[in-house]
Amino acid sequence: MNFSEVFKLSGLLCKFSPDGKYLASCVQYRLVVRDVNTLQIVQLYTCLDQIQHIEWSADSLFILCAMYKRGLVQVWSLEQPEWHCKIDEGSAGLVASCWSPDGRHILNTTEFHLRITVWSLCTKSVSYIKYPKACLQGTTFTRDGRYMALAERRDCKDYVSIFVCSDWQLLRHFDTDTQDLTGIEWAPNGCVLAVWDTCLEYKILLYSLDGRLLSAYSAYEWSLGIKSVAWSPSSQFLAVGSYDGKVRILNHVTWKMITEFEHPAAINNPKIVVYKEAEKSPQLGLGCLSFPPPRAGAGPLPTSESKYEIASVPVSLQTLKPVTDRANPKIGVGMLAFSPDSYFLATRNDNVPNAVWVWDIQKLRLFAVLEQLSPVRAFQWDPQQPRLAICTGGSRVYLWSPAGCLSVQVPGEGDFAVLSLCWHLSGDSMALLSKDHFCLCFLETEAAVGTACRQLSGHT
Amino acid sequence: MGDWMTVTDPGLSSENKTLSQHTSETKMSPSSLYSQQVLCSSIPLSKNVHSFFSAFCTEDNIEQSISYLDQELTTFGFPSLYEESKGKETKRELNIIAVLNCMNELLVLQRKNLLAQENVETQNLKLGSDMDHLQSCYSKLKEQLETSRREMIGLQERDRQLQCKNRNLHQLLKNEKDEVQKLQNIIASRATQYNHDMKRKEREYNKLKERLHQLVMNKKDKKIAMDILNYVGRADGKRGSWRTGKTEARNEDEMYKILLNDYEYRQKQILMENAELKKVLQQMKKEMISLLSPQKKKPRERVDDSTGTVISDVEEDAGELSRESIWDLSCETVREQLTNSIRKQWRILKSHVEKLDNQVSKVHLEGFNDEDVISRQDHEQETEKLELEIQQCKEMIKTQQQLLQQQLATACDDDTTSLLRDCYLLEEKERLKEEWSLFKEQKKNFERERRSFTEAAIRLGLERKAFEEERASWLKQQFLNMTTFDHQNSENVKLFSAFSGIQSMY
Repeated sequence: MNFSEVFKLSGLLCKFSPDGKYLASCVQYRLVVRDVNTLQIVQLYTCLDQIQHIEWSADSLFILCAMYKRGLVQVWSLEQPEWHCKIDEGSAGLVASCWSPDGRHILNTTEFHLRITVWSLCTKSVSYIKYPKACLQGTTFTRDGRYMALAERRDCKDYVSIFVCSDWQLLRHFDTDTQDLTGIEWAPNGCVLAVWDTCLEYKILLYSLDGRLLSAYSAYEWSLGIKSVAWSPSSQFLAVGSYDGKVRILNHVTWKMITEFEHPAAINNPKIVVYKEAEKSPQLGLGCLSFPPPRAGAGPLPTSESKYEIASVPVSLQTLKPVTDRANPKIGVGMLAFSPDSYFLATRNDNVPNAVWVWDIQKLRLFAVLEQLSPVRAFQWDPQQPRLAICTGGSRVYLWSPAGCLSVQVPGEGDFAVLSLCWHLSGDSMALLSKDHFCLCFLETEAAVGTACRQLSGHT
Repeated sequence: MGDWMTVTDPGLSSENKTLSQHTSETKMSPSSLYSQQVLCSSIPLSKNVHSFFSAFCTEDNIEQSISYLDQELTTFGFPSLYEESKGKETKRELNIIAVLNCMNELLVLQRKNLLAQENVETQNLKLGSDMDHLQSCYSKLKEQLETSRREMIGLQERDRQLQCKNRNLHQLLKNEKDEVQKLQNIIASRATQYNHDMKRKEREYNKLKERLHQLVMNKKDKKIAMDILNYVGRADGKRGSWRTGKTEARNEDEMYKILLNDYEYRQKQILMENAELKKVLQQMKKEMISLLSPQKKKPRERVDDSTGTVISDVEEDAGELSRESIWDLSCETVREQLTNSIRKQWRILKSHVEKLDNQVSKVHLEGFNDEDVISRQDHEQETEKLELEIQQCKEMIKTQQQLLQQQLATACDDDTTSLLRDCYLLEEKERLKEEWSLFKEQKKNFERERRSFTEAAIRLGLERKAFEEERASWLKQQFLNMTTFDHQNSENVKLFSAFSGIQSMY
């Protein structure tokens, strides 16, 4: 594994281009575009204010930079650096901005979610969409980019509108039987839309592309409900994570639950491999004792190494007792992700925040558990193979694959606290983002990584 | 104890007394006689009176009877019947007064005794009735005790049942309380969530109000516009088109096409899966049939009804197979036939396996001494032995692995040099051993030599001493011969002292 040098970054804004050739990063009000292989700066753009959001267009030709405080969106072209485009929302304000799948329209959500303005880069036309819903995931595009589903709320009722992206024509408009819709998501095959309700009511509805209700699923009443939802890339499964610490898998044929995965704090089955991260005791020579001794609570020692040990079953994991009188408590399954081949599902139970559970979807059972030393901040699957990268806010990045797992220290002076990561689309490299910097991590080919895994974790 | 019959016939009072008197004297157990007397009726008593009278005293033995009576009376404490004798050998005269007194005394005694007897009899009666009374009381109390015991058992039983019920109710109450608590918790969490959402909405509402206020107050309105250098072409290169009814229809068509494609794709997948599963089922069926059909060749005694059905089934299924292949698996009836035949085969297989199990157990029970068949015990023993062996071998392998790992762990980076070093060390060790043995030999030799040297030194010392003495004596002689007496004396003395000194040196 090779690490590139460290570059400046602000706002965790670092994105690979969809074609995988470039990497865009933000430093305050500047947008830096680098070549992925050489990391040379290809283009440098200056925006009018601090950038809050960047997004590549789907054809990798344009980048939009949104500045919410000023209500501005600036679009830059990679082919023609002198081309510029500035969209000013003025007094309407700006809360969110995104590309349409054809890469020629920009959807701006104004303040207070008053409306969504569709600006076209091809024509002078502007479209407005009224009453968008202010929720976490209100707009979703199909993978092929044909359709957009939008959640709306009128007269205290929830609706979903389906638009054809090519001409922004309203295809379908139907109401949903939800109390307070929190999210919508298309299945990867673009034929089914999952709509789920607020956490006060466990309800997930499945609509066909033409607006028919296919099925409604509700696991239980009254207790806090759905926390996270994920489609499997093959569209065969829908994983629903809820506040009761369970993930329920629905199948695409009957839309009924086929199994539920529990996340207990104690693991007893000897067939499950539990990896525990352990600090490697630093090798000190005589007279090399650190003085003054490191402050307690200063976080993980930046220079210490860690390795994975295989803990023998039965294992009990560290749990966090959530505060019961606060809203959005830290319990339940908050993070869900399927591997690209749909064979594995990685989950995190928020009241066991240090652990990542990996489930085998072929056998529908728990496969491995990784327990880190600090709470897991983010994890993401390699887009090409079942390899999971995890970061915990320390200066290490962790990789898991069915062959084993690996803990790698990010080199560099000072500590590089990895807050987020994102994979390159080829799975050969990964961007590690910290508060002020980012670096690229190049992974060797699969065989090499496999042997590295075996060596470092001492497990076959 | 029977009832005592007291016969108190007042007419017989005096006669009874005398009779009893007599009888008390003739028989030695007055009490038993009394009882006899009591049991007898009065009439036979009167018959016996005369016989008793004549039996004791007759005209012949007056003196003897008097003396006898006197003896008896005196033993009883009565005064003597004779007069006081004047002389020792004179005949005693009967003292009539004493006799009458004695008679009176005896009568008094008799009366007293009869009274006492009456008392005793009444007491007896009383005791008897008391006893009856007590017995009846006892039986009544026993009955009462029984009933109360039964009652107590019944009450205990009820008490137990009530306690059981109580426990159940407690449990139910606890469950209800738990549920209530749970619901309360849910309500509380929902309430906090609602409050949180409410607050958020209120904050947004306030912001909205402020913005509205700002907008109303603000004269300048910031223009909402897009400033673009030049318009970009569409991604697909085509020109934009107007939105018309045709485009709407086209969109609908496309949408339905997409949906239909998806459904067709899924249906294909499901059909493929179905076909595979049906193939598997058919294969299973064929295999099951083949498993069951060899029974036809077994000896006749083992043929049951089931094998008969197997044969018929085999024929049936063969027909079915051909039929199924013709229809090619999409008919509902064919599907049913397949599942039914599979179920049938499975049932037959199951019964066959059960039969085999029974046969095996029967064989075991009957002690079938077939050479091919090993008794279950032997078999189990063998398996146990093998298992033990396996365990031991595994442990050995484990320990060996551990040792190997330890060795490998303690080995340094260069395995070869360490091995070589070991070789050298071996050589050195051997060399050292040889040298050591050599050294020991040499040491022994040295010891021997040293001993011999010391001996020689001692001998030498002794010889020297002797030689010195000789020399001293020779010198003395010389001097004695050479010098004068005075000179000799003083010199002798000097020489002597010198020689003695020399001698003492050695």
